Amino acid sequence: MEPLQIADKLKERFPEEVLDVREFRGQVSVSVKKGRILEICRFLHDAPDLYLDYLVDLCGADYRGKKENRFEVVYHLYSIRHRHALRLKAEVPERDARIDSVMPVWVGVNWHERECYDMFGIVFAGHPDLRRVLLPEDWEGYPLRKDYPLKGPEKEWSGFIDVLERSKEYKQFDWYQ
Amino acid sequence: MEDIEKPFETKELTINLGPQHPATHGVLRLVLQLNGENVVKCTPYVGYLHRGVEKLGENRTYFAALPLSDRLDYISSMNNNVGYVNAVERLFGIEVPERAKYIRTMVAEMGRISSHIVWLGTHVLDIGATTPFLLSMAQRERILDLFEMLCGARLTVSYPRVGGVRNDISQEFLDQLYEFVLDFPSNMDDFETLVTENRIWKERTVDIGVISAEEAVNWGLTGGTLRGSGVDYDVRKYFPYDAYDKVEFDVPVGKKGDCYDRYLVRMGELRQANRIIKQCIENLPAGPVMADAPKFTLPPKDMVLKDMEHLIHQFILITKGPTVPEGEIYVGTEVPKGELGFYFVSDGTGKPYRMRVRSPSFVHASVLPRLSEGGLIADVIANIGTIDIVLGECDR
Repeated sequence: MEPLQIADKLKERFPEEVLDVREFRGQVSVSVKKGRILEICRFLHDAPDLYLDYLVDLCGADYRGKKENRFEVVYHLYSIRHRHALRLKAEVPERDARIDSVMPVWVGVNWHERECYDMFGIVFAGHPDLRRVLLPEDWEGYPLRKDYPLKGPEKEWSGFIDVLERSKEYKQFDWYQ
Repeated sequence: MEDIEKPFETKELTINLGPQHPATHGVLRLVLQLNGENVVKCTPYVGYLHRGVEKLGENRTYFAALPLSDRLDYISSMNNNVGYVNAVERLFGIEVPERAKYIRTMVAEMGRISSHIVWLGTHVLDIGATTPFLLSMAQRERILDLFEMLCGARLTVSYPRVGGVRNDISQEFLDQLYEFVLDFPSNMDDFETLVTENRIWKERTVDIGVISAEEAVNWGLTGGTLRGSGVDYDVRKYFPYDAYDKVEFDVPVGKKGDCYDRYLVRMGELRQANRIIKQCIENLPAGPVMADAPKFTLPPKDMVLKDMEHLIHQFILITKGPTVPEGEIYVGTEVPKGELGFYFVSDGTGKPYRMRVRSPSFVHASVLPRLSEGGLIADVIANIGTIDIVLGECDR
């Protein structure tokens, strides 16, 4: 099925939810409201003529100062049976950075959602194990947000300070005693 | 005496595997809860190699972010480069000359052979066979020597460039590669005699880490790990890029989805990669290796040294970057580990507004608990080997 047809089907089924449909270089992105994302995903996965069974990727994006809703959660979906693809984008405002987890539909989204939480601070409601995945658990801030400095935070991470202090201790130790 | 009469008590034991353990293929840490030899719970911890590739990419021009992709999967950097440049070219909307496409396909398959051969060597070494490891490293050395001849680097090559490849290939390179291609099937036979029907190998891999086709798709597995379960999803066939639609090759698939099937699939892929390289050498068309798109590709170096206009042009492209159409694009390519995807959001400037790397190893590492829980601790090692992860790519 052509991606624009999938977008039409989605519009037909959820007329209130679909905000925008855009095409660029043959790829179609559909922006939706975040409220019923789990239902939308279940529909896309279960409808026999869509059957988007393979979640290629989930990632976040930060449009600080560019869009009304600061964050976006981007789902790349693909159907191996029907060979068609769709990009779904859920808009998430900054003051309520929460969205439903789609783990009941695609279990493989587990770590992608954890990473998105890790990097953008978007909370996935209903995720069974929402911890940071790439950064240490006591890390402060969300690195992929646009207001996070490229150099990293001013204050060193506490774990790194520990390492530096321990190395000082080792330097004082007399190994040849 | 009282102690002896007490009934024998057992309790669950929590052990830490990694991050510095030779069988974890890098810096993967697993916390295993064991009941005797059975794994009750397996929790992977990743992120020890996190370098913030996405954040770095968003602060560099499209050209300057190319070497970052070398450092994702450092065993097959050629394939990552091909994936990166394909995504950027699609975003820019430039067409690559035919010769460059064939060269890219050829070097990408060389990268696939070198990566799969490392996988084969380390996977069987983990399970206890030393000889294939030594044999496979000797073959990998030949490929790395060829890479050195091609572009001067052995590991972080950065040879494919936006719009084509860095330099044309020499006849000497082609001759040596052809020699390798003719030899390689007999080397494959050596590996297969040592491993495929080996009883110990079969006992350690048959019916270990089984995952059904439907479940594998639901987990988002790709590459050999998915095809071992019997799904023929291969990006090279589904979304042909470069010259993959002009060469003939088969996609090997497994049946059961256990470690042994995944092994057979990757062995089949090695032979297919060799077949593709052979076709590329034989059908290599003549012509330029860089696209004629002055707005998006760097001018030739000898012109830059002679000519003021080209110098200014190069300066602008390097410092500001090209003017890119606004939009967003996701392009996936088949790297040895699975599907490597790049998602770019362009805001019209020379730097990507958002660069996202979809790495197969990240997904594959997350499936480890599913494969390992309920099995034996020795099978955890077999499972780590069979999903073929590289932590540089997983952690980005």
